[in-house]
Amino acid sequence: MPKEKFDILESTCVPLPFDNVDTDQIIPARFLSATSREGFGDNLFRDWRYPKGGEKNSDFILNNTAYNGKVLVAGKNFGSGSSREHAVWAIYDYGFRAVISSFFADIFMNNALNNGLLPIVISEELLKKLQDLVVKRPDTKVKIDLDKQTFTIMSTGDSVRFNINSYKKECLLKGLDDIDFLLSLKNLITGYEAGKNLVK
Amino acid sequence: MEAKTLFDKIWDRHVVHSIEDGPDVLYIDRHYIHEVTSPQAFNGLKERGIPVFRPASTLATADHNIPTKDQHLQIRDLLSRNQVERLSENCAEYGIELYGLNHPDNGIVHVIGPELGFTQPGMTIVCGDSHTSTHGAFGTIAFGIGTSEVEMVLATQCILQPKPKKMKINVTGKLQKGVTSKDIIMYIISEISASGSTGYFVEYCGSAITSLSMEARMTICNMSIEMGARGGLIAPDETTFNYLRKLPLIPGIDDIESSVSQWKKLQSDTGAIFDRELEFDGGMIKPMITYGTNPGMGMAIDGSIPLSENRNSSEASSSYLKSLDYMDLKPGMKLLGHPIDYVFIGSCTNGRIEDFRAFAQIIRGRKKDDKVTALIVPGSKRVEEQMAAEGLTEIYKNAGFEVRQPGCSSCLAMNEDKIPPGKYAVSTSNRNFEGRQGPGARTLLASPLTAAAAAITGVISDPRQFISE
Repeated sequence: MPKEKFDILESTCVPLPFDNVDTDQIIPARFLSATSREGFGDNLFRDWRYPKGGEKNSDFILNNTAYNGKVLVAGKNFGSGSSREHAVWAIYDYGFRAVISSFFADIFMNNALNNGLLPIVISEELLKKLQDLVVKRPDTKVKIDLDKQTFTIMSTGDSVRFNINSYKKECLLKGLDDIDFLLSLKNLITGYEAGKNLVK
Repeated sequence: MEAKTLFDKIWDRHVVHSIEDGPDVLYIDRHYIHEVTSPQAFNGLKERGIPVFRPASTLATADHNIPTKDQHLQIRDLLSRNQVERLSENCAEYGIELYGLNHPDNGIVHVIGPELGFTQPGMTIVCGDSHTSTHGAFGTIAFGIGTSEVEMVLATQCILQPKPKKMKINVTGKLQKGVTSKDIIMYIISEISASGSTGYFVEYCGSAITSLSMEARMTICNMSIEMGARGGLIAPDETTFNYLRKLPLIPGIDDIESSVSQWKKLQSDTGAIFDRELEFDGGMIKPMITYGTNPGMGMAIDGSIPLSENRNSSEASSSYLKSLDYMDLKPGMKLLGHPIDYVFIGSCTNGRIEDFRAFAQIIRGRKKDDKVTALIVPGSKRVEEQMAAEGLTEIYKNAGFEVRQPGCSSCLAMNEDKIPPGKYAVSTSNRNFEGRQGPGARTLLASPLTAAAAAITGVISDPRQFISE
């Protein structure tokens, strides 16, 4: 089933300068009782946006309306902990299309790539520079070119190449679906099963 | 022939297709599912109009969202009830065996899988839950996946996975009295951090590992994810084979000894190369406790909270201080003697019969501290029954503890078993993130022995003082 394509994204950023943000913060467990993929954006970072279930916390950066955009600039080791893909759905549903960090947890990275949310790894130094810049200047814009695999901070001209495996890149560029791809391999899969059964 | 690691042997023989500069298409032998991460996957199958490809390789349970009391009654919370019902509907529609609420073998997915003989050496195993790494204790490649991947496996019995790097963790020596496998893994994570193994699949070996029972090995493999590892395994040996021999039924196996002769080959070859190797002296490990808000923030029970997250500096980062602030603890503080409010024993980490025996060892003949609220949650119906049969339930009752019914319970507090804001909970579970056990809850991870010691004293205590020679 076709998905939204990702090729070039130019956007302002929202900074989240905390390290080791785990998926329990991104989407607390009590919101996992849903049976569909919609509506998770409302509960993104719920307990940081609305601490103690009460008023909006104006100190929390996501509640500061000066910052907006489709790019989330996160700290190191973003997305650690639980495998809940709901964390990615919440980030995507909220409006983000890319997350920038120097280090992502494995399961989160996979989940993100499977849902059209592009995780981009840059150096710790560049990440710090970007965070400081965005916090000071909310109008800072970045440009992500998936085909060229480049990430550019438009105001400073800093431009780096990021890694992504060719298969996932192809899927994102063309809006291709992993399951359609696997279904096309049915013969290979049943062939594998038959071969396995012969070798008892 | 090239010397291969056990991980490579299992991975390579499960590759259906390799994509150039892309992930491998990996065949999955066992797919465990539960009520929280499966509904959207089944919705996807419906939208595509396709069946579950291999229902017989799939096993389902309801564990995360269910109550641990009055399970015979209808679930009160509407969303939970809906999710559990949805799983039942999906399993019925797609022909999947469901060990649902009130089934005699119901329980936490990573507890019942091995109990039912569904987890066997040499397999690839996945589940929409990061603690799937538990099954690595049997010499399997087992890892957690997201809901989209659950859909992939339901549709094709395969998954697209990039192959991780390999790490060997050798734990030598002999454990001291009062020190458990939970303390081993907590110690390792405190040494290498919550992201210390990201990108790697771990193999645990060494005398301190091979001397462990299967349940103790499951605790270690369970928490592999807490140091960022893709998964962790322990090569099968006679301990593994004896566990499997004792099971009443092992699906797909008629002649266990024939299988054992195959399983014996599941070892890393001498001279096999790992991308990284670490070594720890098991004899030096003490009972552990966490003080912060990730599993890497742990120390020996009699230690002092480090001044910073960096061993070489006393200047703490703002993240570190924020974490301690959440816990209302200070750098340099000792935790022994610190009052606590709740004790939770259970979860896929420490919810098996040996864990309840260990807890009982300390509470026997003593009383629960009046100020402590205890949640005693068996990992499965079989564990619950065995506790009663062994007289453990009676010991718990006499000490003032109420044994509840199986489920994930307070580990992630999706149900009503939440720790109230600001309260300290000594927990045998696997995560101490902010709000994990309830908004504002303060989790202190520990072994069943340490949890028992806290339950009877009402403060953080060294379990070793309660264990006679």
